Amino acid sequence: MKVTAMDIYKLLPKTNCGDCGEASCMAFATKLSEKETDLKLCTPLDPEGMEKLEKKLAPAVREVTIGKGDKQVIIGGDEVLYRYELTYYNPTALVIDVHDELEESELEERINIIENTEFERTGELLTLDAIAVRNKSGDSQKFIKTVSRLKNSIYPLILCTLDPDNMKAALEVVGDERPLIYAATENNLEEMGQLAQDYQCPVALFVPGDLEKMKQLSHSLRSQGIKDIVLDPGTFVGDGIGDTLDNFVMIRRLAVEEKDEDFRFPIMGIPALMRLGSKEDPVTKSIKEATVAATMLNKYADILVFNGTDIWELIPVLTLRQGLFTDPRKPQAVDAGLYEFGEVTEDSPVLLTTNFALTYYTVEGDLKSGKANTYLLVLDTEGRAVDVSLAGGQLNGKSVADLIKETDIENKVNHKKMVIPGLAAPVSGEIEDDSGWEVAVGPRDSSAVPDYLLEKL
Amino acid sequence: MDKMTQLLKLLENTKSIEINDFRMDFDELELQLMPAVQQVVQQAVQTRKAASEVLPMEDFKPPIQEYPGKVAEVQLGKGSRKPVYLGGQQALYRFEEAQPNAPVVTFDVFDIPMPGLPRPIREHFSDVMDHPGEWAKKAVKEFGANMVTIHLIGTGPKVMDKTPREAANDIEEVLQAVDVPLVIGASGDPVKDPLVLEKAAEAAQGERCLLASANLDLDYQKVAQAAVNNDHAVLSWSITDVNMQKTLNRYLLKEGLTQNDIVMDPTTCALGYGIEFSIDIMTRTRLAALKGDKDLQMPMSSGTTNAWGSREAWMKKEEWGPTDYRGPIWEIFTGLTMMLNGVDIFMMLHPTSVKLLREIGETFVKDYMTTDLPDISDWITQLEG
Ligand code: B12
Ligand code: SF4
Repeated sequence: MKVTAMDIYKLLPKTNCGDCGEASCMAFATKLSEKETDLKLCTPLDPEGMEKLEKKLAPAVREVTIGKGDKQVIIGGDEVLYRYELTYYNPTALVIDVHDELEESELEERINIIENTEFERTGELLTLDAIAVRNKSGDSQKFIKTVSRLKNSIYPLILCTLDPDNMKAALEVVGDERPLIYAATENNLEEMGQLAQDYQCPVALFVPGDLEKMKQLSHSLRSQGIKDIVLDPGTFVGDGIGDTLDNFVMIRRLAVEEKDEDFRFPIMGIPALMRLGSKEDPVTKSIKEATVAATMLNKYADILVFNGTDIWELIPVLTLRQGLFTDPRKPQAVDAGLYEFGEVTEDSPVLLTTNFALTYYTVEGDLKSGKANTYLLVLDTEGRAVDVSLAGGQLNGKSVADLIKETDIENKVNHKKMVIPGLAAPVSGEIEDDSGWEVAVGPRDSSAVPDYLLEKL
Repeated sequence: MDKMTQLLKLLENTKSIEINDFRMDFDELELQLMPAVQQVVQQAVQTRKAASEVLPMEDFKPPIQEYPGKVAEVQLGKGSRKPVYLGGQQALYRFEEAQPNAPVVTFDVFDIPMPGLPRPIREHFSDVMDHPGEWAKKAVKEFGANMVTIHLIGTGPKVMDKTPREAANDIEEVLQAVDVPLVIGASGDPVKDPLVLEKAAEAAQGERCLLASANLDLDYQKVAQAAVNNDHAVLSWSITDVNMQKTLNRYLLKEGLTQNDIVMDPTTCALGYGIEFSIDIMTRTRLAALKGDKDLQMPMSSGTTNAWGSREAWMKKEEWGPTDYRGPIWEIFTGLTMMLNGVDIFMMLHPTSVKLLREIGETFVKDYMTTDLPDISDWITQLEG
């Protein structure tokens, strides 16, 4: 449940001093309720008031920061069970593992792949978020060596060992960078909890398949004064995926609906476990790992650890994450108007598209990779795709004629010819009538546009 | 070790000192400390303080909810078909209430060879594409389809303009070839579709097929009548709009169909192409059903094959890896996401996608914590690679 600006206002100093950068306390309260500013900016607030407000503003799921400075990722922060109710916050962190028995060259190659994994979609560069280092050897020297190498990585770290001595050894090396300690279990709870406090690091609690025990252990970590906890209820695959799902859903329900303090933490899933003891071929393993990830992404995972690094496995995961975490309250749109690609002259062709982010960036990508020299008119369809705005009526003769006027394109080119998307064919006559321009119906998919321009014009 | 951790160490080693006393000494110290360090130390002191607090704890109770409504159960297949059941849920999750029916996959088959199908699919069916009956048989025998969807694309005026009579022949061929229930799809032409579905429905009388589809842009009354007269169910298709779905369902109910004769298709937007819109619509629809909205209590269907229209599924691009893997994954992700948000039946194309989706779907009808779970407690050392 979201708190109202009024609830917040009541607890502010109400002096309208302006230190927070807002004109009044009420304005600041409104921004806080929308999560658009930081409570700490209200400097006159006393510690007691601060604590009260912090509690009030705390999201249903605690935000946990892994890493520090420009090497950090924030997970958790959700308020609702379903995205349509508000939005989901802080995209699920995607992590790839490395271990301490890799040959040096293998390790370098893997780090290189992880750091360079990227995929551009709708103008956004999608990348991974962190690296998990596994103490596979059980040996502390080997662990330290691998961790030391990773200290130079561009990503924050997750230190994976259940041995508190080895964990401590690793923390001596990177403990000042807020790595996630993975993991506290029923066997090492005290020691791992202590390390989390000594090094001020977040800690993951790993209790496979037993939520009752998980609650007890989470409770005792909290009683030790630990605040930044991540819950791993176990990733079971194959026939066990149903149980994995049930556990994830229960944890999130308890956090959001029952405000159960022991469960108000981000959830961690480990799709990599799909590979544990699996005899399948590498391609099937990767497809299945991605499938497990998709299941957990849909139902509340805040951080996921993978073993696979194939780009075709990660692209769908990155894409699903992007979709789930777009804000349903905001149209996914770019500014309407006139855009130029390559070298334009007054002979250059003029194309038309809509201002839906996915549409615009798809077309932009195609024009750039095809090295086209062209003008592109982008119509304000309130962020709707070509066929959607055609069906909804935003793309019509008049709106295009208006766009031509507003952009003054008639004074930039020496012709009145426009290429419209293949899907917009039904309104080609309308556009000609309303604008006086000649309309050519282009290909259905914009990937064919550069060739089309070369051939036809 | 940095300064802060050194300080923390210091605190650790002075355990014997009472926190209150310590605080007093600390005041003097504070003056010389950097502000940042100060903060950490204060935090640590507070942490210690908190440690002495005993937090209250309640027992663990699974968060099970009560739902006043129920999803209707729809039977597909009768007569010479092995029946399949959709829907029937009384709760959102299996840990709340056992789920009656596993999700069902229906394999797409076409009445014409479909040169436009993506290569990763064509290569599995190239030997049978001239005969819808053979195609259907292969889907069932080799790829374990629960059902088959026969798309009468050839009836499209701009495709082959097959007559409704010819379409009925194709239906008979498929009915002969397999004993699973059928979804009968038309070509998408709003004028001709109702006529085609009418004849097809007659040809399949008593076999309880799903007629796809009725929507507000065509003569849905004719489609509904064809179903009522020949004992079939109807797919009620709206475009990502809960209110439109409600309206259409109401109209269909007025035509004499019952909740048990309707399956809804609220439209599947593919992964990367608006999948989040479909997630929201499916979620809202299923929640409305369980809350008791009678107009939305039907099982849901997903045109999962829409996934193949996405660029990432078909476009050749070196940096994205082979399309052979991208296509099936795109279909799996699209279907799986719909499944997790309440969809009961999936129209799909690729054997790998069908297999994986069914495997996960089967686990939905098991009970919570009845599966033998492997020991994963040592995964950190045991995981290869
Ligand atoms: C997601 C979606 C929605 C989302 C909106 C997403 C958005 N922001 O636009 C929502 C749920 C809101 C929606 C609503 C509606 N939708 Co809708 N929707 C879709 C869906 C599934 C995908 C659209 C999409 O994202 N396409 C991807 C983008 C990138 O494609 P694009 O913009 O066309 O761009 C491509 C080409 O056009 C071309 N291109 C683009 N620019 C240019 C420029 C040039 C020069 C050239 C040559 C080419 C070119 O290349 C691009 C890349 O391939 C489609 C079905 C489908 N296509 O799969 C239905 C679909 C478009 N919707 C449809 C309908 C009917 C509607 C509604 C009217 C239904 C309603 N409930 O009222 C509303 C209309 C809303 C409005 N306008 O007011 C129908 C349209 C049928 C028709 N043609 O009449 C479709 C086709 C579904 C169907 N099969 O019936 N929809
Ligand atoms: S800094 Fe605090 S007291 Fe001053 S105006 Fe802002 S909210 Fe009010």
